[in-house]
Amino acid sequence: MSNPDIKHDQINDDRVYFFDKPRNVKILMQVFYALCALLVVLDFVINRYTYHPLENLWAFYPIYGFLGCVVLVVIAKWMRTFLMRDEDYYDKVEERRLQEISPARAHEEDDHVGH
Amino acid sequence: MWAIELPPFVPFFIAALFAAFTRGWLRSAILLLTPVLGGLHLMTVTEGIYWQTTLLGYELTPYKVDSLSLIFGYAFHIAAFIATLYALHVKDNVQQVAAPLYAGSAMGAVFAGDLLTLFVFWELLALTSVFLIWARRTSRAYFAGIRYLIIQVLSGVILLVGLLFHAADTGSLAFGAIGTGSIGGWLIFLAFGIKCAFPFLHTWLTDAYPEATPTGTVFLSAFTTKVAVYALARAYPGTEMLVYIGAAMACFPIFFAVIENDLRRVLAYSLINQVGFMVVGIGIGTALSINGAVSHAFNDIIFKGLLFMTMGAVLHMTGRINGSDLGGLYKTMPRTTIFCIVGAASISAFPLFSGFVSKSMVMSAAIEEGYDWVWLMLLFSAAGVFHHAGIKIPYFAFFAHDSGIRVSDPPINMQLAMFIAAALCVTIGVYPSMLYSLLPYDTGYNPYDATHILAQTQLLFFSALAFVWLNLRNMYPPELRSTNLDVDWVYRRLCPGIIQGAVARLAVIGELNNALVHKIGALSPTLARQFGPDGALSSTHPVGSMVKWVIILLAVYLILSFI
Repeated sequence: MSNPDIKHDQINDDRVYFFDKPRNVKILMQVFYALCALLVVLDFVINRYTYHPLENLWAFYPIYGFLGCVVLVVIAKWMRTFLMRDEDYYDKVEERRLQEISPARAHEEDDHVGH
Repeated sequence: MWAIELPPFVPFFIAALFAAFTRGWLRSAILLLTPVLGGLHLMTVTEGIYWQTTLLGYELTPYKVDSLSLIFGYAFHIAAFIATLYALHVKDNVQQVAAPLYAGSAMGAVFAGDLLTLFVFWELLALTSVFLIWARRTSRAYFAGIRYLIIQVLSGVILLVGLLFHAADTGSLAFGAIGTGSIGGWLIFLAFGIKCAFPFLHTWLTDAYPEATPTGTVFLSAFTTKVAVYALARAYPGTEMLVYIGAAMACFPIFFAVIENDLRRVLAYSLINQVGFMVVGIGIGTALSINGAVSHAFNDIIFKGLLFMTMGAVLHMTGRINGSDLGGLYKTMPRTTIFCIVGAASISAFPLFSGFVSKSMVMSAAIEEGYDWVWLMLLFSAAGVFHHAGIKIPYFAFFAHDSGIRVSDPPINMQLAMFIAAALCVTIGVYPSMLYSLLPYDTGYNPYDATHILAQTQLLFFSALAFVWLNLRNMYPPELRSTNLDVDWVYRRLCPGIIQGAVARLAVIGELNNALVHKIGALSPTLARQFGPDGALSSTHPVGSMVKWVIILLAVYLILSFI
């Protein structure tokens, strides 16, 4: 079953938008890096109380957040090697079953745009 | 004073009846006014029992109000209003009738004071919501809806058996703390677990929600799982197993969410992840953690609804929802982009957004009660949820590579609904005391201290940094047109495969049998002639001839007895 819902084709658009300019992206990223650095520095400035011994480690939350996400993505990518199938993996079988149950229905469907 | 005694589900059922026979602005007015008036009325209702009756010697309480059910009642009225407004342009009668019935069933379930009433609304939730899936009218939606219905009704049947055991044990149907001390308790726990999307029982959600209509998914995301969370909070607070189940629910879906292409399915996985936080809160069972679970349910109804609305708007306007087909939509859908970012910030629990003021309660409770590993898992999934729901959803839909699609923002009613949800996310984030005053317990909790804010901000910014770094290194998994196998493979592929295999085996055995018959025929032509078709010994005899022979035998017997 291909995309039954598609309504709009791609059109040509010559306007230049905010993130089309590499300079804007660069500024945004630099602000982001600066904020990250600031947050690590604040770790030493703000005297925070802790509930858990791990929280006393140097920059625990930044490191945990960063490593956590890298591990998450690496594992998820590895999961693709055995979990990923074709887009119509289930549809093939189910479409065939629908044909058997009700051939008329299988033909008339997918004319709708999903709402 | 009659209005006081009218249970909150009744107006919604009446509205559904009217919606079936009205059209145009009249129907819109009825559908919109119902949650508004119902919500205003609910604010005047105080705790207590309003309706009691007796059935077969059991006391039933179809309408009971306490602080726990009230906050869910408020949340459901808000959700019903926002979702109705969002779906106002829909002309499809099926959806416009099913939606208020579904919302009403959720109201009925949270104000049910006994298990039998709960069971009735539990099944009604399933029966009414499935039409929001079928209304998409694709074969995928058709099959997903059937699977959804089977699993949901199964959950109801297990609940019914459980409540019968429970009633036999205790002699009461009252819906209070049940606990896992008996067979009935376990069965009810399982029934709640199915609707709550426990690990391995979760696939109905990720299977069906993304196949529903753009507006239908907004309704679906608000009610079913939250009714289950409410039921767990009432019947199983402090059940330690829930802590570990919840931690697993918070963690495993984020892996699937990272590699999923359908952005609404990504949100469905992150819905399970958020429900995981609530389940952990219920499992810990302290005043703080229950408050955290309930308030997170309240917030999740709004921000998850908002995210589903923005993705519904994308689907509605572009007809596409796969991350691989989208990108660059910020150029012509600026408002939807902003609403999506607000929703993403809320679900990621950024300070000043609604997720922050509720999620931190569950985390604090976990660490206070000494669940160190669970706390680390929750922290990991808090970083992960930002990664997939906070960044991936807005990034692949509205930014990333330019797909060349140029569509405008959606119709005004959709924008308005998204605006209200976004405004609520920010308001609750900035003034959490509004939400806290509704909670079942008074804990004096304050989320806004330097420690919490700094820790959470550091966690989120460095998760974002990881996303940037992985993208720059080209290590981030690209969006691919694909299906990822999940537990539903067992009943969509493995079991049908086994059954088909068994049928094929039987057919082979049948053929062997036939062959054997021919062999025997060849072996003994005489036997084959006698027993085969038209053979003397296999011919049939009419009843009359049997009777004739019986009469003859009896006559002979009679004659013999005289001799």
